[in-house]
Amino acid sequence: MSVHILPVKVYVRVFVALMVGLAITVWVATQDLGTWNTIVAMTIAVAKAMVVALFFMHLRYSSRLTMIWAGAGVFFLLILFALTMGDFDTRWFQVKGW
Amino acid sequence: MSVTERELELGHQFEDLEQQTEAYTVGMWVFLVTEVLFFGALFMAYIVYRSMYPQDFFAASGELDIALGGLNTAILITSSLTMALAVRSAMLDRWKAQIGYILATMGFAFAFLVIKYFEYSSKFEHHLFPGEHFDFKGENGEHAEMFFSLYFAMTGLHGIHVLVGILIMVALVYRTWRMRAQRQDYIPIELTGLYWHFVDIVWIFLYPLLYLIGPLGSGKG
Amino acid sequence: MSHTDAPKGTDYLHADYSIKSWLLTLDHKRIAILYLITISLFLAIGGSMALIIRMELLTPEGDLLMSDTYNKAFTVHGVTLIFFFLIPSIPAVLGNFLIPLMIGARDVAFPRLNLLSWYVFTTGGTLGVIALVVGGVDTGWTFYTPYSTSFSNTAVVTAVFAVFFAGFASIMTGLNFIVTIHKMRAPGLTWSRLPLFIWAQYATSVIMVLGTPVIAITLLLIAAEKTLRIGIFDPALGGDPILFQHLFWFYSHPAVYIMILPSMGVISELIACFSRKRIFGYEFVAYSSIAIAVLGFVVWGHHMFVSGQSMYAGMVFSVLSFLVSIPSAVKIFNWIATMHKGQIRLDSPMLYALGFIGLFTIGGLTGLFLAVMGLDIHVHDTYFVVAHFHYIMVGGAILGFFGGIHFWWPKITGRLYPEILGKLSAVLIFIGFNFTFLPQFIAGYLGMPRRTHSYSEEFQVLNVLSSAGASILASGTIIAVAYLLWSLWYGEKAGRNPWNAKGLEWETSTPPPTTNFERTPTVTEEAYAYGPDDESGEVNNERD
Repeated sequence: MSVHILPVKVYVRVFVALMVGLAITVWVATQDLGTWNTIVAMTIAVAKAMVVALFFMHLRYSSRLTMIWAGAGVFFLLILFALTMGDFDTRWFQVKGW
Repeated sequence: MSVTERELELGHQFEDLEQQTEAYTVGMWVFLVTEVLFFGALFMAYIVYRSMYPQDFFAASGELDIALGGLNTAILITSSLTMALAVRSAMLDRWKAQIGYILATMGFAFAFLVIKYFEYSSKFEHHLFPGEHFDFKGENGEHAEMFFSLYFAMTGLHGIHVLVGILIMVALVYRTWRMRAQRQDYIPIELTGLYWHFVDIVWIFLYPLLYLIGPLGSGKG
Repeated sequence: MSHTDAPKGTDYLHADYSIKSWLLTLDHKRIAILYLITISLFLAIGGSMALIIRMELLTPEGDLLMSDTYNKAFTVHGVTLIFFFLIPSIPAVLGNFLIPLMIGARDVAFPRLNLLSWYVFTTGGTLGVIALVVGGVDTGWTFYTPYSTSFSNTAVVTAVFAVFFAGFASIMTGLNFIVTIHKMRAPGLTWSRLPLFIWAQYATSVIMVLGTPVIAITLLLIAAEKTLRIGIFDPALGGDPILFQHLFWFYSHPAVYIMILPSMGVISELIACFSRKRIFGYEFVAYSSIAIAVLGFVVWGHHMFVSGQSMYAGMVFSVLSFLVSIPSAVKIFNWIATMHKGQIRLDSPMLYALGFIGLFTIGGLTGLFLAVMGLDIHVHDTYFVVAHFHYIMVGGAILGFFGGIHFWWPKITGRLYPEILGKLSAVLIFIGFNFTFLPQFIAGYLGMPRRTHSYSEEFQVLNVLSSAGASILASGTIIAVAYLLWSLWYGEKAGRNPWNAKGLEWETSTPPPTTNFERTPTVTEEAYAYGPDDESGEVNNERD
C-alpha cells in the first residue's frame, strides 16, 4: 500500500455531495411517497455512506484485503437482517394463510 | 535528531514499515467491521419494531427536532471533511495544518455534543425518557416508549463514540505537537480518521431513521 | 541428563523472573501462559459446579440443593465454562502461543492489544466471580428475556458485564490473529502451505470478530433495561423477547464453532503427526474450516423452533443447519483417510485425537436429529439436547484442547510428562465422558427435562450411571492436571522436537527464545511433509 494523497478539491466535492444528499433527504421527507419515503431515504443514506467510505476513508485506493473485510461486515449484517426479518415477516402466514 | 534522518517507530514484531502500515490499516478496518455489527444489532431492533408499529413510530418521531438533527448532520459531515484534510496534511508532513484541522474537527464534535445535550434535556423535560415518568400524549404510548428506548440507545451509543473520538483527538494533538520537529508517522491520524468517518456514517443512517419519519410536511410515514 | 543446558536467559521462560516481567509482558508466549492459568481457574470453578449438579441428580428428590440454588449452580457452570473457559481455551492459549511460531513471526501483530485482551478478560472474570459471590445468577447462561430483565432478582447486571468484557477480550484476540495471519507470515509461507491449525484459527477469528459485537450490544441492552429502563426487549412496551433470542443466537450459535473449530485444527496436526502422513485432502480440510465459519452464521434459528418463531423461518433454518454437517463430515472423512495406511502411534495426544473423532461424530449426528423440526419439538429442553452439546463441547472442544496441550506441552514448558499417566488419563476421560453423557441421550429421549433438580424415579438408573461417569471423568482430568504440574519441576527435559513433528514451531529451540527464531525462517515445502522414509517416528528426545 502506498500513500494516496488526493487533491483538496476531491474532498471538497465529496463534502458538497454529502451536503446536497442531506438537503435531498430532508426535502424528500416533506413529500408523501408512502413506503417509498423510507426506500428513498435509505438509498440516499447508503450512497452517502459509500462516498464517505470510498473517498474519505480511501477504500477505493485500499488493498483488496481491506475491501473484502469492509464488504464482509456489511454482508454479515445483511444476513442478520434478512434471516431475522424472515422470521418476523412470515409469522402472519400462520395466522392468515398465504 | 534531524528531520529527515529519523527512522519512524517500528515495532519489534515487524520486518519493515510497509508491513507495519498495512497491519495497522487492516486491523483498523477489522475493528470497524466489529463496530458495524455492534451498531447493527441496534438497527436490527429498530427494523423489527418499526415494521411492527409503523404508525406509532411515525407519531413518536414527530417529537424530535428535525432542525437540530439536520444541523448536527451538517456539523458531522463538515467534521468529516476537516478530518480528511487533517489526514492529508499529515501525509504531506504539514504539522501545523494537521493540528489546525484536528482542532477544527474537535470543535465540530464538541458542537455536536452540545446540541445533543440540548435535545436530550428537552426530551427529559417533556417526559420522553423511558421509565416511570414517561408520558406520551398520543395513542399507544408504550410503543412511543419503545421508539424512545431505541432513540436513546442508538444516539447514546453514537454519542459515546463521538466522545471517545474527541479524547483520541486530544491525544493526537498532543502527540503531533510534541513530535513537531521530526518526520511523523501518519498512521495514528489515519486510523483516527477512519474511526471518525465511521462515526459519521452511523449518523448518516440515524438521522433519516429517527428524525425524518414523523409528521413533516404532508408525509404520513 | 542435561549436559547441554542452554544458559539462563535465553528462552522465554527464563528471560526474566520478576512478577512485573510477567504481568507487563508483550511476549505472546507469556500471555498464552497467563491465559492458561486464568482459564484453568475457571475450568475448576465450572467443573466443580458440574460435580455438584451430578451429585444433586444422584437421587430423584431435590435433596442436596434448593431449586433456586440449583438454578444458580447450572448458570455458573454454563457461564464460566462457555465464556471463560471454552471460548478462550484454544485460541487464547494454544493459538496465542503457536500462531507466531507456526508462521515464523517474532510476535503477533499487536502485542499490546494482546496483553490488554488478557487484562480485559481478567476484569470480566473478576466481575463473574463477584456476581457469584454476591449471590449468583439464576437465568441460565442464555440470559433469556423477559426473565432476566423483568423478573430475576439475582446479579444479572454484574454477570452481563462479566460476559461483555470476556467478549471484548475475544474480539481483541480475533482481530489480532486475523492481522497476524494475513501480514506476518514468513517468506515462502503461502496460504496453501499453512498448517491447518492456522486455517482453523483464522476461521475462528472471523467468527469472533463478526459475531461477538452482536452479543456485546445485546447484553448491554439487558443491563440498560434493568438499570435505565431503556426497554428494547420489554413486552410491556411491545417488545419482542424473540428478538433477544435472534440476537443472542446470532452470536451464540457461531460461538459453538469458536469452540470446536480450533479443536479441529489441533486434531489435524495430531492426526498427521501420529500417522506420519500428509493430511489427506489438505485443501478440503482448510476450506471446510472457512465454510463452517460462514455457514455457522445462517443456522441460529434452530435453537428457536419452539420459541414462537415463524415456522417458515424454522424450515429455512432447519435446511441450512443440515448444510453445516457437510464441511464437518469432510473433516472427519479426511482424518480417517489420513490414518489409512499410516504408521499410527498411540501416544497420549493421539488418544485424545481419536477420542475426539468418535465423540464429535456422535455429537454431530445427534445434531442432525435436532435440526429436524419435528424431532426437535419432542426432545427440546430435555437431556437429549444436553447430551448432544456436551458431546460437541466436551467430547469435541475439550478433548481437542487436552490433546493440544499434551502435544505442545514439551514445547511450551520444556518438560516431558510421564507418557504412561498421559495414556491413563486420556482413557479415563474417554470412558468417563461416555458414561456421563450416553445415558443422558436416553433419559432425554424418554422425556427427562433439563434444568430441574428433581425428576421422575424411572430416570434414576440413568442418572446414577451419569453421575458415576462424571466422577471417572473428573478423576481423569485431575490426574492430568497433577502430572502436568509435576512435570514442570520433575519432568524429563524436552528436546527440540520430541514427536519428530513437522512445522516451524518444532524447528526453534525448546522452550522457544523470546524472539521465537534467531533468524526469520524461509519456508520451501508444504505443511505435513511426512514421508514413508521418515523413520518410524520413534520418540526422539535429543537435545541440542
